[in-house]
Amino acid sequence: MPANTPAEAAPGKPSGAGSPSNGSDPRGSDPRGSAPVVDGAKLVRERRLNNAKKNWALFRSDIPAMVGAVVLLFFIVIAVVAPLIAPESMLDVTKQLDVPRYAPPSLEHPLGTDDLGREMWVRILWGARVSILVGVAATVMSMVIGTIMGLAAGHFTGLFGGIIMRIVDFFIVLPSLLLAIVLSSVLERGVFTIVVAIGLTSWASTARIVRSQTLSVESRLYIERARILGAGHRHILFRHLLPSVMPLVLANTTLTVGGAIIAESTLSFLGLGDTSKESWGTILKNSMDVSAATSGYWWYVLTPGIAILLVVLAFTMVGRALEAIINPALRSR
Amino acid sequence: MSTPTHDDSRPGDPNQGPTGSGPGTTGAGPGSAGKGTDPASGGAASATGSAASASGSGGAALTGPDQDMDEPPAGGSFARYFLRKLGGAATSMILVVLLGFFAFRLLPGDPVLKIAKERPMSPAQIAELRSQYGLDKPVIVQFWDYLVGIVTGDLGESYVYRKSVASLIGEYLGPTLLLTATAAVIAIALGLWLGQLSAWQRNSLFDKVASSTSLIFWSVPTFWLGLILLMIFGGTLQWLPTGGMVTPSLEPWSAAAVIDVIKHLILPVITLVAVVYAQFLMVMRASLLEEMSEDYLTTARAKGLTEDEVRRKHAVPNALLPTVTVVFLHIGGLIAGAVTVEAVFSWPGLGKLTFEAIRGPDLPLLQGTFVVFSAIIIVMNLAADLVYRFLDPRVRRA
Repeated sequence: MPANTPAEAAPGKPSGAGSPSNGSDPRGSDPRGSAPVVDGAKLVRERRLNNAKKNWALFRSDIPAMVGAVVLLFFIVIAVVAPLIAPESMLDVTKQLDVPRYAPPSLEHPLGTDDLGREMWVRILWGARVSILVGVAATVMSMVIGTIMGLAAGHFTGLFGGIIMRIVDFFIVLPSLLLAIVLSSVLERGVFTIVVAIGLTSWASTARIVRSQTLSVESRLYIERARILGAGHRHILFRHLLPSVMPLVLANTTLTVGGAIIAESTLSFLGLGDTSKESWGTILKNSMDVSAATSGYWWYVLTPGIAILLVVLAFTMVGRALEAIINPALRSR
Repeated sequence: MSTPTHDDSRPGDPNQGPTGSGPGTTGAGPGSAGKGTDPASGGAASATGSAASASGSGGAALTGPDQDMDEPPAGGSFARYFLRKLGGAATSMILVVLLGFFAFRLLPGDPVLKIAKERPMSPAQIAELRSQYGLDKPVIVQFWDYLVGIVTGDLGESYVYRKSVASLIGEYLGPTLLLTATAAVIAIALGLWLGQLSAWQRNSLFDKVASSTSLIFWSVPTFWLGLILLMIFGGTLQWLPTGGMVTPSLEPWSAAAVIDVIKHLILPVITLVAVVYAQFLMVMRASLLEEMSEDYLTTARAKGLTEDEVRRKHAVPNALLPTVTVVFLHIGGLIAGAVTVEAVFSWPGLGKLTFEAIRGPDLPLLQGTFVVFSAIIIVMNLAADLVYRFLDPRVRRA
């Protein structure tokens, strides 16, 4: 929930004039809220607590979302504790000399071994760290850029807004993979480069959503009122527009992480990733390098892909549920 | 990213913002509000996540044209519309050309040092390489050479192939067009057909299965799907060839050779279709759902038409309209998908060339494929705008 609702932004206003029409609306998912200013902070806190409870109940009743959340939690936990369960030495090729290569899954080797005798499950475990981290970091970057550009494109008119719109259009038209390939092939190889490459190229759809929301909020009366009262661009942007687009952006974040994880695996697969770090994409690239797909080493190809599928699906399920909570209009459909 | 590239190139005009005048402009509110919620509403409406973005563009496309229509009457003439779209495409192309230059010449990482890192080289050799590729000249001169090169079709020389980039691209363009065009036709037909069935039988078992299948296809990397297909049909079953486009021993253009190419084509096309069709399905579904509450359908039913006729003759043609634009816009995603699919199946196209260029690293080649890919996509988008204008009489009249 945004920190500032418009009602708070104009403190000290007589409550009667402050929110005459929507005082009866308890809907918390509306960020432009209706906090009666009568009792101040306490009331607001209570309302938020109630909303949080209500939203949690809604989320809990969404079975796919709960399954997604559990899957996510599982992967995050294994990513965090990977060094404890499987010390990094298990990835050291020189210490796997007596382990059979290409061992199919068995009791001894639960997910099989790869071309260098490393356990697949250890690689998946370590790969989760980079894949999820890159997915989340790139998404955060893309959200920040997208929000800023979207707000600017929606708020400013004239030449400045026009220029911003052209830039957004450009990034919307060109597939981000293409741009990400260019960026990551000219920059130094590394995890950070991948994050930058994905983050810098995938913000356009966020910008579009933010811009639409900005346009619709801009036309509301309270913005006009603020403007008449002498509010500048900064006040309107950060006090009114930003809080009103934040919920949308947050829901979008969860949905975007999936895309970013797939993008990471694609870039790594193309050989643009950091080959010294395990990621699910790197594992798939290694499997491609030894033609695992056509040589019958199915576990080498299957396991990293299934991990990606599970995590992306989980993020999507959770994201959809959040979106439905934030935008009640969807629930009826 | 084979993923959220689904977008609308036409999110209204910036100078159309409702800030202009007083209450009169609030009319723009509902329109843009609709746009704002649509990307989201698609998500819930269609029970899939990919829909969040896929049908989002559907929604945007629905409102987009209206915004075009609402523009000042002066913008009504076709010439003006055309010029505006052309201007947009030209700006994008200029940005691509600039990016092509600055990304490859100015960002950290000297291209020659990159080549030198791969193999041992003496400083003299490095200097020679530098002058060979014109990297010793001042940036502004390089930029001029580059611009002249682009205009005259000279994209430099590939480090790895030792051939001109333009001729390489010419060689590899055909297979890519064959692959993407085949995939596009199948994906569009399949997506639109399944999409309208899903919408018409909303919340039925069919709808749920169609939506969840497309969600799963959306949630895997394109290349992984390719690897799986390769594993099953090329590796285990050995039904289909595992890579390449032709078997060299066959005489070109003979019946056997054509069948051979088709056999090579099957797996890459299925991969591309599987990843892309879902977006078309979602757009069509959202678009038809939008139409389904319209009064004219009640009229049609009251006339005594069967449900099937109502769908085929009334609802679908109207729903098709906004979908067409979105379909064109997704061609970009298809082309991006071609990069990894061609790498997996060693399909001798631009994607494979890009893959090779990355491995090199062969920067002039990479730059060339980037500019050409982008040009194709920008042209497709321009075509989408024009086709839309042509198809929708309301927009034409306005």
